[in-house]
Amino acid sequence: MAVPFSYSFRNLLRRRTTTILTAAGMALVVFVFASVLMLAEGLQQTLVETGSRENVIVVRKGSTSEVVSGVEREKAAVVETQPEIAGGPRGQKFAARELVVLIALPKRGTGQPSNVTIRGIGENSLALRPQVRIVEGRAPRLGSREVMVGMSIAKRFKGTGINEKLCCGMQEWTIVGIFDAGNTGFNSEIWGDADQLMQAFRRPAYSLVIFKLRDSSGFEAVRARIDGDPRLSLEAKRESLYYAEQSRAMAKFLRILGLSLTSIFSIGAIVGAMITMYSAVASRTNEIGTLRALGYRRSNILAAFLAEALLLGFFGGVAGIFFASFMQLITVSTMNFQTFAELAFGFTLSPAIAAESMAFAFIMGFVGGVLPALRAAKMNIVESLRAD
Amino acid sequence: MPILKILYKNAFRNKLRTGLTVLGITVAILAFGLLRTLVDAWYSGVEASSAVRLVTRNSISLVFPLPVAYKDKIRQVPGVKLVSWGNWFGGIYVEEKNFFPNFAVDPRSYLELYPEFILSDDQRLTFYRDRRGAVAGRKVVEKFGWKVGNTITLKGTIYPGEWEFVLRGVYRGMDDTVDETQFFFHWDYLNETVKKTVPRRADQVGFYLIGVQSPDLAATVALSIDGLFRNSLAETLTETERAFNLGFVAMTEAILTAIQIVSLLVIVIIMAVVANTMAMTTRERIGEYAILKTLGFGRLHIGSLILGESLVITVLGCLAGIALTFPAVAIVHHELGTYFPIFKVGGETLYLDFAAALLVAVSAAVIPIRRAIGIRIAEGLRRIG
Repeated sequence: MAVPFSYSFRNLLRRRTTTILTAAGMALVVFVFASVLMLAEGLQQTLVETGSRENVIVVRKGSTSEVVSGVEREKAAVVETQPEIAGGPRGQKFAARELVVLIALPKRGTGQPSNVTIRGIGENSLALRPQVRIVEGRAPRLGSREVMVGMSIAKRFKGTGINEKLCCGMQEWTIVGIFDAGNTGFNSEIWGDADQLMQAFRRPAYSLVIFKLRDSSGFEAVRARIDGDPRLSLEAKRESLYYAEQSRAMAKFLRILGLSLTSIFSIGAIVGAMITMYSAVASRTNEIGTLRALGYRRSNILAAFLAEALLLGFFGGVAGIFFASFMQLITVSTMNFQTFAELAFGFTLSPAIAAESMAFAFIMGFVGGVLPALRAAKMNIVESLRAD
Repeated sequence: MPILKILYKNAFRNKLRTGLTVLGITVAILAFGLLRTLVDAWYSGVEASSAVRLVTRNSISLVFPLPVAYKDKIRQVPGVKLVSWGNWFGGIYVEEKNFFPNFAVDPRSYLELYPEFILSDDQRLTFYRDRRGAVAGRKVVEKFGWKVGNTITLKGTIYPGEWEFVLRGVYRGMDDTVDETQFFFHWDYLNETVKKTVPRRADQVGFYLIGVQSPDLAATVALSIDGLFRNSLAETLTETERAFNLGFVAMTEAILTAIQIVSLLVIVIIMAVVANTMAMTTRERIGEYAILKTLGFGRLHIGSLILGESLVITVLGCLAGIALTFPAVAIVHHELGTYFPIFKVGGETLYLDFAAALLVAVSAAVIPIRRAIGIRIAEGLRRIG
């Protein structure tokens, strides 16, 4: 017969201070563990959701980000003749030529300049990205010096409110709208007319051509044709994949940093659990003897103390995840190493992360509790009853 | 020092528990030290920057170039000693993960401006003479096993194509704050090639590096350079190398702040562990404190006994942690050398390690001391176990 579970539970309740201190240590470790994973997840989700699987993006061969790419007008025209391109809302080819450049804008609060992506758009660009919604004002008119800014930019950068003017490329650009692109990278961008921006920045080439596929399965054919055309030296990628790739290096960096940190931290928490459990065993030597005398087996004692340690881990895990879930309210805005541009993203708590964090907490409890529990199980009945 | 002996004996009365606590502190100090070193590494570029060097770039942002013709105008600005220029090349060696910074620079002026890059005279001369020549830092050369004279192919991301260079020299840093992972080659080679393939992108430079005669002239020179090109097609932004590098750090500030917060959290975690140990220790010894009180020892004595014990434990852990930090840093540096060319333990980190240990010792002892001092003698003596 097993020792009742309430025995383990009540023991923890009795020594409240120690229980709280130990569980708090574990909770902090779980909190850091979960937060870092959530941050990497948030970054990846933001960039995965930025692109759509149906859209194809064509950039210069070998360019790792839109900023370093260049597509000359005549090449853009060739790309737009591909038969796999869907028909647009007004019967034309559903494609857009876009320009992507970076400008330095001062952040609110610190005034420190940071790189912001400016995207020059064509008439189909908005229709190609249905996730972009205008929440205030209107879209910029093509052929005018008007721009609209993403929500994250409007929130974080100076002088980016509606009707304010941005100054760059020796021109003034009036902000006529603010758009919300949900949880995507577009939220950290400024959009204006591509041809106007090219003139202002004296760029003779577009950065990319984007188009929607008539049929998703036509991708391989169009990719083979564009990549293989020696006149173009361009490459075609699915938009979703293209942006997802831009999160790879940074997400990897965050994960490595987070996992190596938490594995070091967990040693501290495990030591804490071990101390607590050893002292629990030591102060209850008499009780253990009594339990054994009553007929409980060594394995029952082992299970009871392990249960106590796992409960500690459970409390720590639940508290850690509880507090980490509040991190979802925070948005981080920082430079993505790969694109060199500012990107705002949040902490995302996925069920997988919650499960991993709980598992991590249980492992800490188990490792911390197994040695003390073994000691308890190995005790000699007579000697432990004699102990004072 | 009999008092130390008492403290030591007290601390190790429960060997297992104290041993575990010391281990916990060791790990925490190790983690704290590593994180501090990481933050230092982030700022290493700022630390290594010189006060007599200015960086001029396009005022819109770094991705916009400047005309190469600016160099002659900049040279005429009073206070300017030397002008060099270059482009971020962004080439990839075999695979993307083999990252190292690579630039196209004007060789003579660049090496003159960076006296901390040490290159033997004959390597320097052969590098100057060979238009396809390149120089790389000691660490990159060792990492990829290159030899002087090897042909190295980089895949261009900004300038398309496969670019071949001949390694003509290996530079060393003057001291260990110098980045030994850079790779640079002749700007002329880049420009001549681009002239043939994409003429519109020729004769453009990414940045100018300017040596000024003395540090106190830096601000005036920067202003006059920017004034020179105001209202032109390519306006400039000139700042000291330090400010330029700080700008980069500021862009990734969010991550840096997170690391700093986390490095404080590890101290809080270990505080909980040590406080727990000290609480247990004093709970077991309440009877002894009552006896000490009976013998006439005051609060001060009892308090300092507990604080001293807490100090012995934390300082032991702290010393072990510091001792382990150095090999750990060496390992991390080996693994993450591509991200952080400079990764070494700073003196400040060691002071902060000690400060953290003291903080933990004191805060862990506060509650037990209050409990031990507050106990009534009769009550304390009555308690068993």
